[in-house]
Order: sequence, then structure tokens, then C-alpha cells
Amino acid sequence: VAKLQVNAIVNGEPTEFLCEPHETLLSAIRNRIGLTGTKEGCATGDCGACSVILDGRLVPACLVLAAEAERRSVTTIEGVAPGDGLHPLQRSFLANAALQCGVCTPGFIVAAVALLDRNPSPTEREVRYWLAGNLCRCTGYDKIVRAVLQAAPDVRAMRSS
Amino acid sequence: MSERTFRYVGTRPIRHDGVDKVTGRANYGADHSIPGMLYGAVLRSPHAHARIVSIETREAEAMPGVKAVITGRDLPHTTAKIVIGEAALDLHDLSENVLARGKALYHGHAVAAVAATSLDLALEAARKVMVVYERLEPAMTIDRATAADAPILDEALVTKGKPAPGAATPTNIATRLEFRRGDVEAGFVEADVVIEREFRTPMVHQGYIEPHACVARAGGDGRATVWSTTQGPFIVRDQCAGILGMDAAHIKVVPTEIGGGFGGKIVAYLEPLAIALSRKADRPVKMVMSRDEVFRATGPTSGSKIRVKLGAKRDGTLTAASVSLWYEAGAYRGSPAGAGAMCALAAYRVPHFFIEAHDVLVNKPKVAAYRAPGSPMASFAVESVVDDLARDLGVDPIELRLLNANAEGDPAPYGPKYGPIGLRQLLEAALRHPHWKAPLGPNQGRGVACGFWFNAGMNSSATVMLNGDGSAAVVTGNPDIGGTRAAQALMVAEELGIPVERVRPTVADTDSSGYTDLTGGSRVCYATGMAVIGAARDVQDQLCARAAKIWNLSSELAGQIRWENGRAIGPATPEHPSRAPLTIEELAAAMSKSGGPIIGRASLNAPMAGPGFGAHICDLEVDRETGRSTVVRYTAFQDVGRAVHPSYVEGQMQGGAAQGIGWALNEEYVYDADGVLQNAGFLDYRMPVASDLPMIETVMIEVGNPLHPYGVRGVGEVPIVPPLAAVANAMRDATGVRFTELPLSPPRVLAALAPSGL
Repeated sequence: VAKLQVNAIVNGEPTEFLCEPHETLLSAIRNRIGLTGTKEGCATGDCGACSVILDGRLVPACLVLAAEAERRSVTTIEGVAPGDGLHPLQRSFLANAALQCGVCTPGFIVAAVALLDRNPSPTEREVRYWLAGNLCRCTGYDKIVRAVLQAAPDVRAMRSS
Repeated sequence: MSERTFRYVGTRPIRHDGVDKVTGRANYGADHSIPGMLYGAVLRSPHAHARIVSIETREAEAMPGVKAVITGRDLPHTTAKIVIGEAALDLHDLSENVLARGKALYHGHAVAAVAATSLDLALEAARKVMVVYERLEPAMTIDRATAADAPILDEALVTKGKPAPGAATPTNIATRLEFRRGDVEAGFVEADVVIEREFRTPMVHQGYIEPHACVARAGGDGRATVWSTTQGPFIVRDQCAGILGMDAAHIKVVPTEIGGGFGGKIVAYLEPLAIALSRKADRPVKMVMSRDEVFRATGPTSGSKIRVKLGAKRDGTLTAASVSLWYEAGAYRGSPAGAGAMCALAAYRVPHFFIEAHDVLVNKPKVAAYRAPGSPMASFAVESVVDDLARDLGVDPIELRLLNANAEGDPAPYGPKYGPIGLRQLLEAALRHPHWKAPLGPNQGRGVACGFWFNAGMNSSATVMLNGDGSAAVVTGNPDIGGTRAAQALMVAEELGIPVERVRPTVADTDSSGYTDLTGGSRVCYATGMAVIGAARDVQDQLCARAAKIWNLSSELAGQIRWENGRAIGPATPEHPSRAPLTIEELAAAMSKSGGPIIGRASLNAPMAGPGFGAHICDLEVDRETGRSTVVRYTAFQDVGRAVHPSYVEGQMQGGAAQGIGWALNEEYVYDADGVLQNAGFLDYRMPVASDLPMIETVMIEVGNPLHPYGVRGVGEVPIVPPLAAVANAMRDATGVRFTELPLSPPRVLAALAPSGL
């Protein structure tokens, strides 16, 4: 079977890649485009380590076909920071020690970016339910939830400036 | 240990590897690729127990793009062992676990491996390897494996330790151990109350989010480089060398960042296969497990059956204990039954006890270490009975534990006398904590439990290198799973008197670091920390020597130089009544002229460690209609010795608590009658998610460990021990039902609360 040619906007850049018809967006991001910040933890949509934002919607990249990215916009962990600095969520994860091994961290940060896009002032309960699709085995989630709650005002300030 | 005031230790700097990890730049096992790479895949046994009659690889080998196929015939026979601390890895068993020889011993046991130009092709080729099996009945439970007519996994197995008198052979009991003190029968006669119960826990997996992965490149010169996500690069190197019959000097293991391990990334699964495939194909080979393979063929820890009998006087004083443990080893010997036996009664003064432990082969994956291996199940059983004793006697459960708690000078049940330990202090803190007396809501219950882990010392090496601008680098061989780079940098900062941001910590490969045992056993901050402190003090000594040279001091006066806050302070002399100190920046700038580069080194074997205790309080709310229970409040108390970076100590306590809560409430390996795992995925193997848990409060008690210059004791493993019983005791409090089998999943709880027909 011939490979498909896909034209997408990845982290704001027009990006062209070839993929197999059955290839996942996760595989294309990692193996065709070379952005390995998006992780594979399960390949069945259960762990959230491959969370990306596709046209404004949070998705597990392992459950999207690469070909579905045609003419659409994909944001990965490599694209969340504004300019050359860190995104307030990235700073907050560091300040709150909200990571241990760090392999789930890109997925959590992308998921939290999507949360604060839609709900700039979430409650603890809302954060916990929004992030329920992301597995972390190291932290017990305490510091992750705190990091997201603490970043929310900074994200609001960033948006309004 | 004198009280020391710390400048950097105890602060909470941003971890040095943090920016890489929040931006996606950090490279984990599957993120590494090299040009010309092939992809490997493994063919696994579809049967839990089967004789391998024949393996035919020709069809697979003939496929275009397939570059190598290997089976057990390609690995040499070995009987070697490699020593890790107190334990030894049996390379014969590990080799057969890596690729089955003769028999497949569990569903998912590797039988052949393939390397091809794409992963799809490798998977297809693996399916073309034709294996003829003769199916055998599997032994899937401890009861079946120890029955008189049990299917036998290994006809040649001989029970090590102290076989039970008159035990039959052949057997599936790999080891039987006994521990005793005093006269246990007399102890039970002294008791006013005796409670005896039998408990069961299922096999559970470590559940790290990153699957096993590696890339191997073996050259025509017989040498190999392996990039691997592992807790122990040196241990992977030595396992590969032993399994493949290579020289350790001919294998370099480069540790990638590691996405969780919890004990499960110590033994090698893929690395020997990747080297063997790479040798045969003369191309680099990448191998990454699927989550399904991770569940079926790696980890887990033992399922257990534990019988506990405790006796106490009316005031709550324990008089006697009898504990029998049976732990599933999986397909090869090596369950942590012995450790479970030594941990079971570690918290308490028990004048008379008898403990026996059995390591039982079953047709399930070979168990791997899992955070405080063996202790959580033993604690679940003992702490449940302690709770029932407190109820029967009408004594506050924390008071009852305090009454019997071990303290410094008491003999540990496993032999030595305890040094300074914080068990009483943390129980007193729990008793005083507002959580203990807070009102409960409807359908809520509260439970408490203690936990113990030995912690480990073992071998470590460290190098500290001074830069020309007075900043420094520290190099060790321990992969950083939870913030150890930051802790090591804090120690260098403390010793040299420079800001922690001016220290760069690096995890090096096996050619670039001195030998260092694994990241595990809660040993890195303790033992490798001591090596780091030693290496930094070596730099300090050299800096003082350079200052003496610059000041032109006699050797007698040179001995009076002190290192303080990043400066060499010289002795006053008649010519120099007030000598200006030399700063580390000045001394570093003068390095070349004063003798050359300054490199500090230390290597050590820490044979002992500071034992760790914790206690957790859990509030559980039970939905009587669905059987679902939710942890609504949780507080963890622990003697942490010295918290070098308190945020990451809290993180260990919170993460361990969450893992233990998962073990208590939902996690279990579910097998069908043929021995096929039914829930090898994160949807059905139900680990806690953010909406399952509350904030987890931590209370750190610091009782210094005299074996470490700062008082550090291991912290990572203790916190997974108390939750199993803390949750079960809360369930008992909420429902009136004493559950003796985990997990407390909705179907089990519902069945107990609403007997059939309701």
C-alpha cells in the first residue's frame, strides 16, 4: 500500500510528512516528524501520555490516524510554550515538584493547557476530573493538581496581556 | 551526630532535569533512535504451561526485510550468578526467562525474537515462527501449586532453606524459611485475647507509565552499546554479559531517562535479545514493549496467602505471634517471601513468635521487585489483625500500636538491634494530628496502619569536578527516577558552599561512572549521597591544599586551613595576622597554576542502612448501592531521617500512598481457567486516577540516621506498605466487615454488604 502524504500545521509550522494509511498520529509525531516529547504509555487511549491538541480539542494521539491531521492544527508539548520562555503551567510544574520520573508530564501539561483554555478558573474537583484521563504512577496527583490550580491565574494573565 | 545547620540541604530548588522534562526534550527509552536501525519483536507463548516440542523459523527468516530470528538455541547455557547487594540474580533462570528453553512457563513467556526493517514487518515475521507446543496443566494458585497432585513447573526443583518435615518431591516450593523467638506456645497461653485470620492478596503490577525499551548496537568487533531505560545500567550490563557469554568490558550501557520503575526495571528482558539480534543482523536493533507485553511478561509482584495469629493481654500488650506466608514466585524462584517474613512484625515488641515463609512457583510471570518487596502484603495481614485486637480490647488503635512499638535498642525480629528509629515519634504525631479525631460523615470509616522497610545501602561511586569559574559537576551511575539529581546537587552545594544552581548533576553510562548498584532499595539519596558527599569533601581537601600552596604555608599550618561557606580560611600567622580567605572562584581560577584540574572521587559499600517506618490514616467513604469506595482524606506520617529536598520526599510519600491505595481498592491480575491474563491493559487493570484521590497530607518526622553524615535514611519504599491495611481497616470501620482478601473492589464489597438474594 502506498504511503499517504499529509500536510498539517504542527506547533504553528506547516509540516509535511508521509505515513502508512493505518499509522497513528502518535507514531507520525514521534517517528516521522521527530517530536518525541509526546509519549506512548499504552497505545489504547487509557493513559494520556500522548495527549495533543488537535484543532483546539484534547485527544490521545494514539487513537487518531495520522492521515486525519490533514489540513488541521496539532499542538504537542514542544509547542505549548509562548516564544522562548516556559508556559506558566511548565513553570508551575517545576515550582511545585509536580513530576518525579517525568514521562507522564508532557501529557499532563498538554491536558492542563486544554483545560485552562476552556475553563480558566477550575476548582480542584474540575481539575481532578479533567485530568482523570492521564495516568501518573509516581506522584499520587497531589502536586500535579496544585500545580494546575496555581498556574491558572498566571495563564489568565498571559491571555489577557 | 552533632546538630549541623544546613545552608542548602532542606531547601526546595527547581530540579536540574526539570526543564527538559516539562518541555518534552528529555529522552526516555523509546525516544532514542540511531541510523540504520532495525525493529525487534518478540513471539510469546499463548499457553501458561507447555512443553516446546519444536520451533521452525525458516518461513520468518525468508521474508524480505527480516534480518535476524533468534530462539533459545541462540543463547548459551549458563549457571552464573550476579550479586546485587545481599541478593543474587540467577542468570540461568534469567536467561530462560528472556527466551524459553524446553518449556514455556507462563502466558506471554518469550519464545523467539525477530529483527526486521519495520515494526509491522517484525511483528508479522514473529507470527510466522511456527512453534509446536504440548500443553500442560498450569498451576495458577498457591493452593493448586502446593496440592499433592500439583502440576510441577520444574521437576529438578529442590526446596532451599528449611523444607517442611516430610515434604514431598517433586515440589513447587522453591524455598521455605523459619524465624522464631522465645516459646510461641507459651506466649499464646499468656494471652487474654487471640485472633487468627487468613488473608489473600492478588498479583499486582508496578504500573510504570513507560514501557520497557532499548536500542542495541553490536559491532563486528564483539562489542556492544545498549541504550536502555533501566534502574541499574551496571546490572543490565552484567546480566547481558552473563546471559550472552560476553565480557562486561565489551558492553556499554547508556541509561536513558526512565519513566518509572518501582523495582520492575532491574532485571533485563529486552536488552540481551536486542544485542543477540543486532549481532546476528549486524545492524542496530530497537525494541519497545507494548503495554500488553509489559503486563504479561514483566513485573509483577507476588500474590500471597498469609495466616496471622496474634495474642495480647487485656491492656493490649502483645504476647505472641504466629505468621505463615506463601508468596507466588511466578515461573522461577525468587518471591520476596523472606523479606515479607522479616517485615511482618518489624514494628512491634513481640516476646514470642514463629514465622514461616514459602516461595511458591506458579505459571505466572516471574515476579520482579516492587517497592518494599514483600512488605505490603505482610503488613496488610498483620495490621488488619492488630486493628481487630484493638477493637476487641476497646483500645485506641494508635495507642495499642504505641504500647507495643519498637524503639532504639529493641531487637528487630530479623536479628539486629534497632538504632535510632522514629516509629514512636510518628505514632505520637498521628495521635495528635487533627485528622485522627476529626468527625466522619455518613458511610465513612477511618483506619490506621503501620509499615516498615529495611532500606538498602550497597555500592556507589561518585565524581565531583570543579570548573574554572568555581561551579561544579557531579557524576554518578544512578538513573534519576524521582529527583535524585537535585538531591545530589544539594549535597555538593552544601559541602563546597556554592549555590545549588552552580552544580550540574549528570547520570553517566557504565564507561563513564564508577560501579554503582541500582536505583532502588531507597538507597540513592543515602548511599550514593554518601559517595557524593565524599567526593565533594575530596574536592574541598584539594582546594585547601591549593590554598596552602598559594599562601606558601608549612604542612603544619596547612592542616589548620578550614573550608567554610565556599572559602578557604587560613590560619593567622605573625606575617598575616588577618589573612583574607580564598574563595572557591579564586581557587578555581588558579587551578592550572596551582597543580591542575581538581577532581574529587569516592566509592563505597554501605553494608547497612537506616530502617524506615511510617503510619497512614485513611478515611474511606463506601457507596452501599454500588460497592464503590472512595478515599476522602489521607494523611501519611513517616520518619524520613533528613529530608534533603523536602518536596521530593513528600512526593515519595504521596506516590507510595496512591500506589498502595490502588493495590487495596482495585488492582489485581485476573486470570481465566487456562492461565491467560484477562486484564493486560490500563482500562481493566485499574490504577488510581486524579479523580479517585484526595490531596495526600504528609507529615515528615526527622530522626537522623547516624550512618549518614546528614542523617539521611531511605524514604521511597516505606510509604507503599501501610495503605493496604489502612484502607481495609477504614473499610472495617465504615461497614463492620473485616475483608481478608484484596482488592476491595466494588463487586467484592457489594457481595459482602448485600448477601445474595437482596
